[in-house]
Amino acid sequence: METILALIPALPLFSFLILVIFGGKLSRKSASWIGAGSVGIAALLTVVIGINLIHSLPGIKSYSVVLWQWIHAGNLSANIAFSFDSLSLVFCFVITFVGLLIHIYSIGFMAKDEGFTRFFAYMNLFVSSMLILVLADNILLMYLGWEGVGLCSYLLIGFWYKEPVNGTAARKAFIITRIGDTAMIIGIFILFVSFGTFNIQDLMHLASAKWAVGSSLAVITAALLLGGALGKSAQLPLQTWLPDAMAGPSPVSALIHAATMVTAGVYLIARTNVLFSLAPIVQTIIAIIGALTLLIAGFSALAQHDLKRILAYSTISQIGYMFLALGVGAYSGAIFHFMIHAFFKALLFLAAGVVIQVLNEEHDIFKMGGLRKRMPVVFLTFLIGSASLSALPLVTAGFYSKDAILWFAFSSNSGGMILWLAGIVGAFLTALYSFRMIFITFYGEVKTEPAFNAGKLMTIPLIILAVLSVIGGFIELPGSMGNVHLFSGLVNNTLPELVLKNVEHLEWIFQLVSSGIALSGIYLAYLFYYKKPEFIETFNHSRLNHFFEKGFEFDNLYNVVFVKPVVWFAEIDKKDIFDQLNISIANLSLLGNRFLSVAQNGKLRWYLLSFAIGIALILTLMINR
Amino acid sequence: MLTVPVETQILFAGILFFLGLTGLLVRRNLVFMLMSIEIMFNSAGLVFIIAAKHWNQPDGQVMFIFILAVTAVEVAIGLALILQVYHHFKTLDVDAINKLKDDN
Repeated sequence: METILALIPALPLFSFLILVIFGGKLSRKSASWIGAGSVGIAALLTVVIGINLIHSLPGIKSYSVVLWQWIHAGNLSANIAFSFDSLSLVFCFVITFVGLLIHIYSIGFMAKDEGFTRFFAYMNLFVSSMLILVLADNILLMYLGWEGVGLCSYLLIGFWYKEPVNGTAARKAFIITRIGDTAMIIGIFILFVSFGTFNIQDLMHLASAKWAVGSSLAVITAALLLGGALGKSAQLPLQTWLPDAMAGPSPVSALIHAATMVTAGVYLIARTNVLFSLAPIVQTIIAIIGALTLLIAGFSALAQHDLKRILAYSTISQIGYMFLALGVGAYSGAIFHFMIHAFFKALLFLAAGVVIQVLNEEHDIFKMGGLRKRMPVVFLTFLIGSASLSALPLVTAGFYSKDAILWFAFSSNSGGMILWLAGIVGAFLTALYSFRMIFITFYGEVKTEPAFNAGKLMTIPLIILAVLSVIGGFIELPGSMGNVHLFSGLVNNTLPELVLKNVEHLEWIFQLVSSGIALSGIYLAYLFYYKKPEFIETFNHSRLNHFFEKGFEFDNLYNVVFVKPVVWFAEIDKKDIFDQLNISIANLSLLGNRFLSVAQNGKLRWYLLSFAIGIALILTLMINR
Repeated sequence: MLTVPVETQILFAGILFFLGLTGLLVRRNLVFMLMSIEIMFNSAGLVFIIAAKHWNQPDGQVMFIFILAVTAVEVAIGLALILQVYHHFKTLDVDAINKLKDDN
């Protein structure tokens, strides 16, 4: 088991190295075999080790392997060591399995791109870093993976680096997530100074033993770690980078900015849940941030024109649901929604990638239309994905995962009516914007003809993901219908169980309400965007719509509050004393250069004369000594 | 046999060396400059011979053989270069051949 565990992150890393070193010499075929194959084997190994773990539960809760000592200085020591428990199992499964499908899709999607091997190298590095993140048994190694995925996100957003806009988007993503990461590393330092270890399990035991609930150090540390999670998961107030991150290729958006990396914050909070239970106020803040984010992102998604930006805001909003669940202590609910979201959002991004590619890089949904008959497979899979996203009752996986979160937001001990209300409004928005996409893109008259048909390499992953987006929900059914708890039974081996208020007999009412809300959202989308578009004509030109489209003007706000003052200060401080010092050093050497370059005039006899004079001087000095 | 004092011998070699150096500095024709270098080499060789005679040691003469070999090589290469320079610039004036410098 130990070898297999070590191989899971090592294989993609190894293939990254092969692709980087021999990239230029490999044919596209071998590069894609290496790139996708390594992730495929990692997925297979995850399944093997996962089945073993499930069989040995609850006797053995985790496998672990220590590979070697990484850092040792004084009492600071960290190992390269992995630990595999049920929480890691879920994340590893999603990363490798969804990752494999996206890699296969990319072979078709990137077929004509000149950076083919570079793309697969970055993707492999990403998969490896993400696996290190979720498998690390100490928080420092986790931070290594955390920064690794940040780097890959930067590299892949700016993958088409010849467009300056893409480079700007990449830098924006990198810098904004770095703000959160700085908070996070300070939190890690506090943990180390307090407990003298990096091992996550030891840290959690020590924290619950030594820190009182609500003690200031616990609150500060939890808040700092939350800062890291907010940056990575694009939650309020650090959410502005994700919509711009859509500058990357669609498979990147599917893998990194929907399925895996942006949920690293969810993983971090679930992994260090003990810490957050010691800081109830921070946990409340998580729930509030989640609720606010899901509303803001939901409204923003409603006004977007760019197909991928709709999906980006939708991702922010769905991660908001996960944070809401984490905030009310429904850890298994958050992780379940993470898994289902990975399925349907990866599906939606991949399908959007096909649409955009066959329409010659057309992103604007209002220039699409009528694609239903032109590309039936993509339409059907996109429909299933959107249905799952908008939580169509009973038949889709999204219903079971989101409905659970809505129910927990009300019924959890720390939940309440307001959180539930925010969630239900968000659910309505989700249904509305999802089917707005469907009706505008796939119905109506054809505005742009598809240039070609997508190949099998691209459609088969879509079909597999569509199947998962439907049947994935049946492993976790609510108490009022079926009462299947395979998933929460699994992850609750690692995560604490949720304490509910005594209201379980009410659950079916809440389900009925949320089903009704989802259906009415879909109906209104049908009415507004297909049947009677004149109903919302005035709204479309209103200031409010523009405000939504700009993502609540957060970019402008940050521009005015942070960027402008810094730029202004840098501008007036351009010539302070230190700059003068540096400039005068530069000027001095320039002067010396001017002075001495006169001597280099190309005249051989001039050189000879100086030669002779030099020798004469040296000899004179030697003799006189 | 007339014996010349060693100081005079050294002085003679020194005069020869400065003649060569002066020729190198004042002449503008590359062939003459090469010849001046030969003269300087030979004055150095002469000092070795004088020293060998003075201390009755054969080493100095051995060194002179080396210098001869080196000058032979130097002349071969130097002449070949001069030939190429002449082909290229159609002149042997060193002051005209001043392309190896900064542009400004």
